[in-house]
Amino acid sequence: MTPRPWQERVIEGLIHLCGISSIVIVALIFLFLMKEGIALFRTESVAAFLAGDRWYPISDPPRFGILPLILGSCVVTVGAIALSVPFGIAAALLVSEIAKGWVKETLKAGIELLAAIPSVVLGFIGMALLAPVIKDVFHLPTGLTALTGSLTLALMAMPTIVSITEDALAAVPRGYREAALALGATRWQMMHRVLLPAARSGIFAATMLGIGRVIGETMAVMMVTGNAAVIPHTLLRPVRTMTATIAAEMGETVRGSEHYAALFAIGIVLFIISFIINVLADLFLHRED
Amino acid sequence: MRYGWGRCLTAVSIALGVGAAAAAEELTGSLQIKGSDTMVNLAQAWAEEFMAIHPQVTVAVTGGGSGTGVAALIGGTCDLAATSRKMSPKEITKATAKGVAPKEWIAALDGIAVVVHPSNPVKRLTIEQLAGIFTGTIRNWKDVGGDDAGILLLSREVNSGTHVFFKEHVLGKDASGHDREFSQEALLLPSSQAIADEVAANATAIGYYGMGYANPQNAVVGVGTSAAGPFVAPSEASVRSGAYPIARPLLFYTRGGPEGLAKAFLDYVLSPEGQAVVRRIDFVPIAPAS
Repeated sequence: MTPRPWQERVIEGLIHLCGISSIVIVALIFLFLMKEGIALFRTESVAAFLAGDRWYPISDPPRFGILPLILGSCVVTVGAIALSVPFGIAAALLVSEIAKGWVKETLKAGIELLAAIPSVVLGFIGMALLAPVIKDVFHLPTGLTALTGSLTLALMAMPTIVSITEDALAAVPRGYREAALALGATRWQMMHRVLLPAARSGIFAATMLGIGRVIGETMAVMMVTGNAAVIPHTLLRPVRTMTATIAAEMGETVRGSEHYAALFAIGIVLFIISFIINVLADLFLHRED
Repeated sequence: MRYGWGRCLTAVSIALGVGAAAAAEELTGSLQIKGSDTMVNLAQAWAEEFMAIHPQVTVAVTGGGSGTGVAALIGGTCDLAATSRKMSPKEITKATAKGVAPKEWIAALDGIAVVVHPSNPVKRLTIEQLAGIFTGTIRNWKDVGGDDAGILLLSREVNSGTHVFFKEHVLGKDASGHDREFSQEALLLPSSQAIADEVAANATAIGYYGMGYANPQNAVVGVGTSAAGPFVAPSEASVRSGAYPIARPLLFYTRGGPEGLAKAFLDYVLSPEGQAVVRRIDFVPIAPAS
């Protein structure tokens, strides 16, 4: 019962179409962002936009400096990744190598469940439970800080990182493990000298996807970071991210106004940043091969 | 159940009252209302009551913000724009260019309450002191008669009509005529409820929101226009009489002089029944209760 050739060709064509359309859609999104955002640069220089440290979009005259927003996004993202990558890899090792039986199954189910929680719920938990703790522990005027944002986002990036790392670990051939143990390595030596290096590119991909998840997240950061557009000097101060700015301000802007264009211009910056992250990840992974 | 009964009774009595007019011209069709998030619940309540009176009519209410509503009004995708601020000169120019002559209607009033933690000894502030606090020139509570502690500023997002109103009417302009700015240190919180929660949790915080959000965990500050007073707290009476200095109208804009359904809806909103809804949603009716 082999399928007739024309069916194969149709299916092949469809798959082809899907692949090409995703590229076309990304290109169209970029063009749309450019079309809406470029109007800002008729009145505002690119340098003033990127390096300005004041964001007062509805003042007279308005100020559109997004340096505090870029740095805010970076601080929160770096903090979240610094927390979630080590914990995520450790959790993946636990699930794939150490835990057995029902413990393993429960952990896996729990991690999947974590991925299914909507970000607004995590944001609310961060605001209601985490922020007061941070405030008391560090004796701060408010618990709505970059650190609160990083912790909340770390929790959100964790399921992605754990499940992809676990897949990468599972893909390492059994022979590697057995060979290492046969040579007299302890289980710990086997894991960190053989298993982790062998799964390196998968772990790297997991980290990159985690960063993507974190930098694009909006709702939770908007709720827990306090949204003060100041250049952050420590993790213990409020920050404002690019995504939160777009989400918070898009509602009331007059369509076609400078402010509207400025929000799209922030979208362009975000797009370029995620593009660069993807290209870097791709270069790194190909160099591996 | 009781609520449902009350609503039915109102609907029936109104239907009887306007029976003669309704018989002459039964209202049909649909009405689109877009705009202010502050007014979304209020507009929705009006829409429900209005649809109960005129079962042939559908009224759709969407939020998105005052700016969105005005843009939709100009673009012709809604019949009524709900706004918590006046249309800007720019917006009016844009409307005129498109051949739309927007007309303004005051539908309800809203007082903006300034709130602090209940343990804060500061119970009254002048507009000038508020301006100093929110622009960041006054940074310690002891400068306005409180404890020696830094002030934590809470504000709404810049998209919020409340934020714009507070900036215009409290911060005002500096000596050279430029807008005064909120301190960069101010936390911009995404909702009035978030401000209420943060003020309840923080002994040094100060924030503002529409008076409907006032609650026992927040202390409302009396506001005065001069140091001599009087210092007034926001209430239905003080907002309507104009004694409370930070109050604003909630508005509807129509495309030109309203006709048909839009006119019937506005008539209902301004009627005693419509204004009773305003009180139920915790805003201030434009006319005293009869």
